[in-house]
Amino acid sequence: MSLDAKVPLGPLAEKWDKRKFELKLVSPANKRKVDVIVVGTGLAGASAAASLAELGYNVHAFCFQDSPRRAHSIAAQGGINAAKNYQNDGDSITRLFYDTIKGGDFRAREANVYRLAQVSGNIIDQCVAQGVPFAREYGGLLANRSFGGAQVSRTFYARGQTGQQLLLGATQALERQIGLGRVAMHPRTEMLDLVVVDGHAKGIIVRDLVSGKIGAYAADAVVLATGGYANVFYLSTNAIGSNVTAIWRAHKKGAFFANPCYTQIHPTCIPVTGDHQSKLTLMSESLRNDGRIWAPKKQGDRRAPGDIPENERDYYLERKYPSFGNLAPRDISSRAAKEVCDEGRGVGQSGRGVYLDFAEAIRRLGKAVIKERYGNLFDMYQKITAENPYETPMRIYPAAHYAMGGIWVDYHLMSSLPGLFVLGEANFSDHGANRLGASALMQGLADGYFILPYTIGDYFASHKKPRPAADQAEFKQGEAEAGERVKKLLSIRGRRSPVSFHRELGRLLWEYCGMARNDRGLRKALAAIPSLREEFWKNVNVLGDGDGLNSGLERAGRVADFLEFGELLCLDALTREESCGGHFRQEHQTPEGEARRDDAKFCHVSAWEFKGVGQAPVLHKEPLAFENVSLTERSYK
Amino acid sequence: MNLKLRIWRQKNSGAKGYFQKVDAKGISPDMSFLEMLDVVNEELLAKGEEPVIFDHDCREGICGACSLVINGVAHGPERGTTTCQLHMRHFKDGQIIVIEPWRASAFPVLKDLAVDRGAFDRIIQAGGFVSVGAGGAPDGNAIPVSKNSAELAMDAAACIGCGACVAACKNASAMLFVAAKVSHLAALPQGQVERAARVERMVAQMDQEGFGNCTNQFECQAVCPKEIGVWFIAKMNKEYLKAKICQ
Repeated sequence: MSLDAKVPLGPLAEKWDKRKFELKLVSPANKRKVDVIVVGTGLAGASAAASLAELGYNVHAFCFQDSPRRAHSIAAQGGINAAKNYQNDGDSITRLFYDTIKGGDFRAREANVYRLAQVSGNIIDQCVAQGVPFAREYGGLLANRSFGGAQVSRTFYARGQTGQQLLLGATQALERQIGLGRVAMHPRTEMLDLVVVDGHAKGIIVRDLVSGKIGAYAADAVVLATGGYANVFYLSTNAIGSNVTAIWRAHKKGAFFANPCYTQIHPTCIPVTGDHQSKLTLMSESLRNDGRIWAPKKQGDRRAPGDIPENERDYYLERKYPSFGNLAPRDISSRAAKEVCDEGRGVGQSGRGVYLDFAEAIRRLGKAVIKERYGNLFDMYQKITAENPYETPMRIYPAAHYAMGGIWVDYHLMSSLPGLFVLGEANFSDHGANRLGASALMQGLADGYFILPYTIGDYFASHKKPRPAADQAEFKQGEAEAGERVKKLLSIRGRRSPVSFHRELGRLLWEYCGMARNDRGLRKALAAIPSLREEFWKNVNVLGDGDGLNSGLERAGRVADFLEFGELLCLDALTREESCGGHFRQEHQTPEGEARRDDAKFCHVSAWEFKGVGQAPVLHKEPLAFENVSLTERSYK
Repeated sequence: MNLKLRIWRQKNSGAKGYFQKVDAKGISPDMSFLEMLDVVNEELLAKGEEPVIFDHDCREGICGACSLVINGVAHGPERGTTTCQLHMRHFKDGQIIVIEPWRASAFPVLKDLAVDRGAFDRIIQAGGFVSVGAGGAPDGNAIPVSKNSAELAMDAAACIGCGACVAACKNASAMLFVAAKVSHLAALPQGQVERAARVERMVAQMDQEGFGNCTNQFECQAVCPKEIGVWFIAKMNKEYLKAKICQ
C-alpha cells in the first residue's frame, strides 16, 4: 500500500483554494441521507460534529465522559495562535507557517501547516461570534500576548482558561445541533472497536458505560477525534480517562500509525510526591520569564533551599545556555532537569525535582509585581504543595504532556483506511516533532470547523456505496469480539490491579522512552513490554460484572491497549536514529549535547502498518519535501 | 494518617443505598481527596470487594466531573476548590469522613457516588448558545466589546458545570448554573439577538427538569468551586422579567 498524501500541486499559498474548488460536493438533499459517526467531543470532535450537522449531515457523536463539555481540551490554559496581525508587529500567514514548521523541527508536511495558518484567523472570528469571552483591550479590541518561541504577539486568550472557553463555544454549538435533533449524542459511551466493510470504515462497536451493553453503530464514515496518548506514560498532564484505545483499534483495523515517538515532555510541572500520584499538574511556562532554575552543586544535598549558599547552587540552564538561559525551549529544559536529577542532585522527597526560584525577581521587582504577574499560579502551587512560593522556591519537574504522533492522515485528514477521518491530537498532525505553545487549540478547531467539513463531502461524493446495516456480519462479529474481551477481563481474577500494570508500563516508558532515549534502553523496554502484557492477561484483577458502571473494567481495557501501543512507541523511537524535537536519541547529539537531526536519512514521516500483536509492523515512509523553507539547525547557546 | 470513611454505596439508580464503613490507612497529607479514594479502591480490590464508583477526569479543577459531598459540604471544606484539588492535609488523623453523591431528584444516582447530570446539558440545548454556524462570522474585531463586558462575561463563563450549586441547595435549584450561562451571553453583543428567547427557554427547561426555585440562601455561591456570585441570579431574574414583559 502506498502513501498518497494528496497534496495539491501549485504554489503553497494557492493549494487549499485550488483543492477546495476540486473537491466534489454533496447536494443539500443528499446530505440528509448521509450518516457520520464522530468519536470524541473535545475541540476537534465537538467542532466537527456541530459543523457537519450544520451542513445537514446526520451525526452520531460519542464521548466517554458524562457530558461532551468535559473533554480534556478544557484544561488548556495559555491560548490560541492566529495570524491576525492585529498588533501591527509583522505577523502574517507565512510567518505563522514558518514558526510552526521550524518549531516542529522540520518534520511536518508543508502544505498542511500552511493551510493551518491560513484558517487560523477564521477560528478567532468564529469563536468571537459564538460568544467566547476573549480578553479585550480598553478600546474593545481583542488583546494578544506573546508565547513560547514567537517574536510576534499572536496568542488570543481568555484568562488562564482559554481551552475551557473555546470548548464551551464548540460544545454549545454541538448542544444546539443536539437540541435541533441533527446530532444524536451518546455520552458515557466508549468506542471499543472500528468496523470495516469492504475496506472502508463504516461503523464502530461501543460499550454503554452505564448499562454495560455492547452495541454497534453503522454510518457512511467515521471521524475519530479522541485526543492523544500521553497517558501511556501513566503520569502525564492528561486527564485520567485520556487513552489510546480508539486510535489503536483503528490502527489494528488498517489505519497507519505515524511518528508515535514524537511525544512532548513539558518542563514545568509539579513533581511527583509519592506512589499515590495519579496525575501531574502543569505550571504555565510563563513562570520561566522571572524564575531562575537551579539545583544544588553537591549530590544528595538535603538542606533547605534557603540554607544553600549562592556559591553552592548550580543555575544549570544559565550556565549551559548563556544566551537563552532559563528560557531555553521545552525539550532542552526538560532534558537538562533530568540530567541534574540523574546525577543525584535533584531536590524534594523523591529527588526528582529542581528549584524554580523567584527570590531574585522579588528583590528586583517587588512582591506586588510578581503577584500581579503570577498570583493565580502561585496560589495553585500553594494549594497543591502547601508551600509558599513567595518564600521558598517552587519545585518543578518535567511531565509527559502532548502527543505529536498519531494516526497518519492525508491532506484531507483521511487515514490510510478509506472513510476513516482523524482530527486534532489524534492524528499525526501539523506539529512535526515538536508542538509550539498555543498551537494545539488552533489545530483542533481548524480540523473541525474549516477542513473536515470540506474534505469529507468529497469522500461521500466519490464513494457512493450503500451504508451497511448495523446487524450485518461485520458488526455482529465486532460485537461478539468486544463482548468476549470484556468477559475475558472479568474472568481472570488475578492478583494485580489494572492500575498497577499501567504504573509499571509508565515507569518503563518514562525510563527508556522518555526525555532521552538510546538503543540499549529501547531494546530493554521492547523486551520487557511483551512479558508485562502477557502477565496482564494472566494476572489482572477486575471485579464486578459487565452490566453496569465499572471503572476497573474501563481502566483495564485501556491499559490493555496501552500495553500493545507502548511497544510501537519504542520501536519507532529505536528506528528513528536521529534527534529531532521531542525525540532525543543520546547517540545523536553534538559534542555540546544538542540534538542532531539527520535530514539525509530521516526527513520522512514514519507510518506503521499493523501486522498482529507481537508481530513486527511494516514501516512505510512518506518523504517530506520542503519547497518553500530551507532546513536549518536550531541553536540556543 | 488514618481515616474512618463512611462511603455511600448504591448498586444502581433503582437500588437502595447504604453507607459502607471503610478504614483508610497510611494516607499521605499530600494526596488529593481522589487519590485517597484511589488508594481505598486498590485496597478494596485486593480484598475482593468492588471498588467505589465516582466521577473524575482532569484532576486539575476544570472539567467539572468530580462531584462529592464531603461531610455535608459539596466539594468539601475548602472554599473555591473542587474535590480533585482538595488535599488530605485539610483533614485530621482519625477523622470520620462521610462521602455522599450529589443529592437532587434531577441528578439521579447511577451507581455509588456517580450521578446523571444530563439535565444540565438539556438546559444548554434549550438555548445556552449563540446560533451561528461555522463559516459566516465577521472579523473578530468588527464589533468592539468593552473590557468590562468581556470581564463580566468571563466571570460568568468560568462555570464548570459540576452541579455543586444544586447539591448544596435545599431546594436543589439550578439557578446559579443557568444564571451563569444566561449572564455570560447577555453581557456580550454577540448574545443580544437571542437574549430574550434564550432566558425564557433555558428557564422553562430548568423547571421541566425538576430543579427547585431559589429562596436566597446563597449556599450555591458558598460551594461554587469557581466562586460565581449569586448576583448573577438576580441578573437572570431581571433578564427573565424583561423578556416576559417585552413579550
